[in-house]
Amino acid sequence: MKSLLLKGSVLLMLALAVLLLPLGATSGQAQSKTLTFGLSLSTLNNPFFVSVQQGAQAEADTLGIKLIVTDAQNSLSKQTADIQDLVQKKVDALLINATDSAGVAAVIKNSANAAGIPVFAIDRAIDTSTGAKVVGQIASDNIFGGKLQADFLNQALKGQGNVVELEGIPGSSAAIDRKKGFEDELAAVAPGIKIIADQEASFDQAKGLAVMQNILQANPNKIDAVVAANDSMALGALKAIQQAGAKRPDGGRIIIIGFDAIADAKAAIKAGNMDATIEQQPSLMGQLGVDAGRLAVTDPLFFSKLPSGQFFPVPVKTVTAADL
Amino acid sequence: MLLALWRLSPYFLTASNLLNIGSQISMIAVISIGATAVILMAEIDLSVGSVAALAGAITAGVLHGIPTSWPAGLWLGVALVAGLGVGTLAGLINGFFTVYLSIPSFIVTLATLSIGRGLVLLYTGGRPISNLGESFAQISWGHIGLLPVPVVIMLGLYLLAWLFLRETQLGRYIYAIGTNKRAVELAGVNVRTIELGIFTLGGAFSGLAGIMLTSRLDSAQPTAGTGWELVAIAAVVLGGTSLYGGRGSVAKTLVGAFILQIIANGMNLLNIQAYWQQIAQGSIILLALLVERQLRRHGGG
Repeated sequence: MKSLLLKGSVLLMLALAVLLLPLGATSGQAQSKTLTFGLSLSTLNNPFFVSVQQGAQAEADTLGIKLIVTDAQNSLSKQTADIQDLVQKKVDALLINATDSAGVAAVIKNSANAAGIPVFAIDRAIDTSTGAKVVGQIASDNIFGGKLQADFLNQALKGQGNVVELEGIPGSSAAIDRKKGFEDELAAVAPGIKIIADQEASFDQAKGLAVMQNILQANPNKIDAVVAANDSMALGALKAIQQAGAKRPDGGRIIIIGFDAIADAKAAIKAGNMDATIEQQPSLMGQLGVDAGRLAVTDPLFFSKLPSGQFFPVPVKTVTAADL
Repeated sequence: MLLALWRLSPYFLTASNLLNIGSQISMIAVISIGATAVILMAEIDLSVGSVAALAGAITAGVLHGIPTSWPAGLWLGVALVAGLGVGTLAGLINGFFTVYLSIPSFIVTLATLSIGRGLVLLYTGGRPISNLGESFAQISWGHIGLLPVPVVIMLGLYLLAWLFLRETQLGRYIYAIGTNKRAVELAGVNVRTIELGIFTLGGAFSGLAGIMLTSRLDSAQPTAGTGWELVAIAAVVLGGTSLYGGRGSVAKTLVGAFILQIIANGMNLLNIQAYWQQIAQGSIILLALLVERQLRRHGGG
């Protein structure tokens, strides 16, 4: 049912694109030349990247830019060939969602950089240590997401209470940024909320469950809320809390906040078992990618003043029962 | 160590915490039974985590796919047979390539580790399969008397495996194969069939563990069981079983598995920082092996 809907919306977008193309072409003629951009995606077999593509396509249509989309099917060798093809077609800008942050660097350096085409990294960073040049990276703002978690928590607990923090894989950038955003904001806006346990559960549901069981043992009747760096850990913690029958010190339900807005978490929020999650905006990511590419072509001066590989954060947003 | 943990955290030695630890380790412990038998024959199985994930995903898929008009007990049975069947089949394939095509088990199971994970991702489309029903959840959350079902499954299987390895002729052959395979062959024993049987059984145990995990989460996760092969091998070795085969005991593997989970549990209770946990975990494993070696030398056993 869901995939039917998805296919339907893809078809709708395509139909819209066809309808809008003539419009785009005419407005493009107002400028001297119609721009062509290449968008190389790691996979289109994932709703997240389908949304990136749709957002980019819609923005390209609005701006009268021709967008060539390739799907690497998660294969680095296919993506390398895709990018070479796009360079051959002399696209004006390349938006690359890398299958492999280090692996894709070679073709960028030898093909795209050699042809002088500006390259933007979408979602995943591209490794520039071996000499590949990337103008900018457009990706979700995980620090801001962590901040939103703290803001929601502060509101839900009215500034007072004990929270358990479940961290992601130690050392991963998503884990580090989400933790930093959450902890900094909590310290700033809610000094009355105390982190009474802070443990890592590797973004994993089974580990989230086991770690939460253990934390519940050590903190009986003390926990008001759980904030997890992704939804899988939040759902694991939910299971532990339900099975233990654990409650807040005042007898209420323990507040649970996740990150990523996966389908299972949205269902749990809708059912009233979870409270909030943070949603990325892949469509906006695609849109901003096209905008950045256009800026790099029409106003190269703008980027010349920024460090190469400049990070452009895409805002994320809080999702609660009211949004579902 | 137990006493130290108890001193540091008053919650450690509560009945509910100990039963939690039992449930948490039950899946790895079940896998470690198969791993012990395989390692006793001087072989290895690296595919256990992938096979568990695949069995869990198939079980969840079948639970979702069966019409609700079927009687509840029947569809649960079909799903369980499908999951266990997948695990058993994977074990059979591991055994066949190792035993009959003479490819080292390290390589065969490294390959099936990768193939299995790929199949899981393909089958689930990279997304979890969730909401599997109350009766299926009982496998991991139900109780028999005071004990959680997974603890009963674990203890029951360990008792059977212990008796099998200790009391039966077949069990003694497994030790003998690990010590001197050629001699056992010369004695007229069909070594290949035994080896194939143990790999197959190992696969079945992985499948069972995968079902237990899926029931525990009420969800088949595409990344479930990642890294389990290393935890299982660590449990076997901590239990004193030799990686060179022929020497060891399945009962001590259970102790090894518990030590690993107690470390993890204790560090959660004490709220130790994530980066330090990995250092502590590795150090304690090394220390435990040193102590065990010293005890054996002085105890003469």
